[in-house]
Amino acid sequence: MTERTMNEPAGIHLGSICGTSASQINKAFAGALLAFAILLPMLAHAGVVSVETVNMAGRYMALGIVALGLDLIWGYTGILSLCQALFFALGGYAMGIHLAHQGTLHNGIPESLYVVYPYKVGESKGMEVLPWFWLIFKPFNLTILLGILIPGLVAGLIGFAGFISRVKGVYFSILTQALTVAAMMFFSKNEMKLCGTNGITNFTTLAGHELSDPNVKIGLYVVTLICLIGTYLICLLLTKSRFGRVLLAVRDSETALRFAGYKPYAFKAAIFIFAGMLAGLAGMLYTPQANIITPSYMEARWSILMVVWVAVGGRGTLFGAVAGAMVINLLYNAMTSQWSIGSFDWKPDYWPLVLGMLFILVVLALPDGLAGLWRKMVGRIAEVD
Amino acid sequence: MVAATIPDYKNERPDQNQLWDKKYLLFLSEITAVFDGFKALDLEHIGVMHNELRVVIGPNGAGKSTMCDVITGKTRPTTGSVWFGGEEITKKSEDEIVRIGIGRKFQTPTVYDSLTVYENMELSLPGSKGIFAMLTARRNKTERDRVMHLLERVRLADDVDTEARYLSHGQRQWLAISSLILSQPRLLLVDEPAAGLTDSETELTGELLLELKKEHTLIVIEHDMDFVRQLNSRVTVLCEGRSMAEGSLEEVKTNPEVIEAYLGR
Ligand SMILES: Nc1ncnc2c1ncn2[C@@H]1O[C@H](COP(=O)(O)OP(=O)(O)OP(=O)(O)O)[C@@H](O)[C@H]1O
Ligand SMILES: [Mg+2]
Repeated sequence: MTERTMNEPAGIHLGSICGTSASQINKAFAGALLAFAILLPMLAHAGVVSVETVNMAGRYMALGIVALGLDLIWGYTGILSLCQALFFALGGYAMGIHLAHQGTLHNGIPESLYVVYPYKVGESKGMEVLPWFWLIFKPFNLTILLGILIPGLVAGLIGFAGFISRVKGVYFSILTQALTVAAMMFFSKNEMKLCGTNGITNFTTLAGHELSDPNVKIGLYVVTLICLIGTYLICLLLTKSRFGRVLLAVRDSETALRFAGYKPYAFKAAIFIFAGMLAGLAGMLYTPQANIITPSYMEARWSILMVVWVAVGGRGTLFGAVAGAMVINLLYNAMTSQWSIGSFDWKPDYWPLVLGMLFILVVLALPDGLAGLWRKMVGRIAEVD
Repeated sequence: MVAATIPDYKNERPDQNQLWDKKYLLFLSEITAVFDGFKALDLEHIGVMHNELRVVIGPNGAGKSTMCDVITGKTRPTTGSVWFGGEEITKKSEDEIVRIGIGRKFQTPTVYDSLTVYENMELSLPGSKGIFAMLTARRNKTERDRVMHLLERVRLADDVDTEARYLSHGQRQWLAISSLILSQPRLLLVDEPAAGLTDSETELTGELLLELKKEHTLIVIEHDMDFVRQLNSRVTVLCEGRSMAEGSLEEVKTNPEVIEAYLGR
């Protein structure tokens, strides 16, 4: 949350003259959040919060990792990518296939595939074969590696092809959206042996641990939290390095950068690949916690939703991106359950309306999102002190 | 005084004279640039000598910026060739041309708005511009001194930590020029460095360019005649894409064609 504050004009650091500085407040807040995140599993252990709540927080943190990547490519570099959902799903499917191997088998075929197996003419039950792209996800370590490398590779292909031929702005967004939709259709076909529109579900164990065990759920939360903190720190290092300033320069004036001797396409492709890998990692963390992966994660609304997280949170600040993902998903969770105040009945159907209005509000009133609002508030507090 | 016309470059063309680069750093040979049937450039020959400061003047739309585009690889000439420091660079890419040693300040100064003045300068430091180099770059004192020295010269030293978006137009011009100088090109193309500057700012810019002349080769494009006079250098007049005359300012001013081009507008 301290991104770029060091580059702000000197006048803004009013707080430092009068006691509590803005950066102290930020540090305290970050510390409190971190402490809460670490305490959450213990609270669950003590029965204060439900395991479901911890599981939900774990899933939303995984989505926070996607938001980090999108923020690097969109917030910092200025390229609106609508295929982070595709990379997320690629990671999710890698993990999904791996988990399916551990589950119920029929004739050696994982159940999710068995029930929708596309028999060719002349084939009958018992003649199923497991395709090679199922076999490679059998070993756990290889799955983890591929779940990150495959999205990275796909991002590399899209990135180099698109950026070398200078596909820009809205055209790149449309290109990435089209590819995501195409991939969704591909994954939806039973013939592709990827379990069709049903997707892969009913996971039982991961690396020998029962997924239904509350302790395993809490363990997955902890792993996700560690991954979120780790990727956050890597992103922080990236954005604070000269490399990060080149990304901002791409956003501000790609032409100037090219005439300063840089190859903007290489930097764009590099950060796009990195963002893709982050989304893949997130997909791998999300799938065992959600207990399902389906092609619907590649629907257009998911790509757009990811953009909304970053926009609402505040693009160009890593903290904002993660906060946006968390806040919107928590809101989603609260608003898609039924409740009533007096004679007013809240209906889950209202959620898209709320989301839409929230987005409009941010575009019109808070161009820097929640992070911008936070910065202003902290500035005030520091001033008052 | 004899009115200047175009000098006879016939026997000095790089494709005919092996020794052309002893005399010239840059040579443009029969360049044309056509956009949708409109001939924006139709030059015969232009040679710029080592450590020369060449001023290019001409009315609006004469093709001055397009000439820079052609030299820096931003626009591919329809016909003709560009030669620089002993080799032909007509077909090279923008970033290759930069690395060979041609730097440019655009007509509207391009700076990175969300970077500070210092960070802007940093990206122009000579050396590798690859991803790995950027990931591992560390600040050091020699670099800092060089940057600060230049910034002091253009009165930006107090604004090192200011984001470029908060700079005035004149400061943006200077930031763009000092970034260019920092990158140590062999040839500097400076497109309208004095546009929009106050008189005193213009004068400082002129002094700066004259200082550079001692060790660099420069092409300066300019409209402001007082500024051109201050530079006191060889002038090329472009008009409707053609080079009309070359010589000292006093010489080109007596060329009837030039008078016609400037007054007949
Ligand atoms: N990419 C392009 N496509 C079409 N026409 C162009 C292009 N670049 C330049 N032109 C045209 O070429 C002509 C020369 O333009 P140029 O910008 O080089 O003039 P200039 O001498 O720099 O003028 P000024 O003093 O206004 O900067 C103009 O008529 C312009 O419209
Ligand atoms: Mg021009």
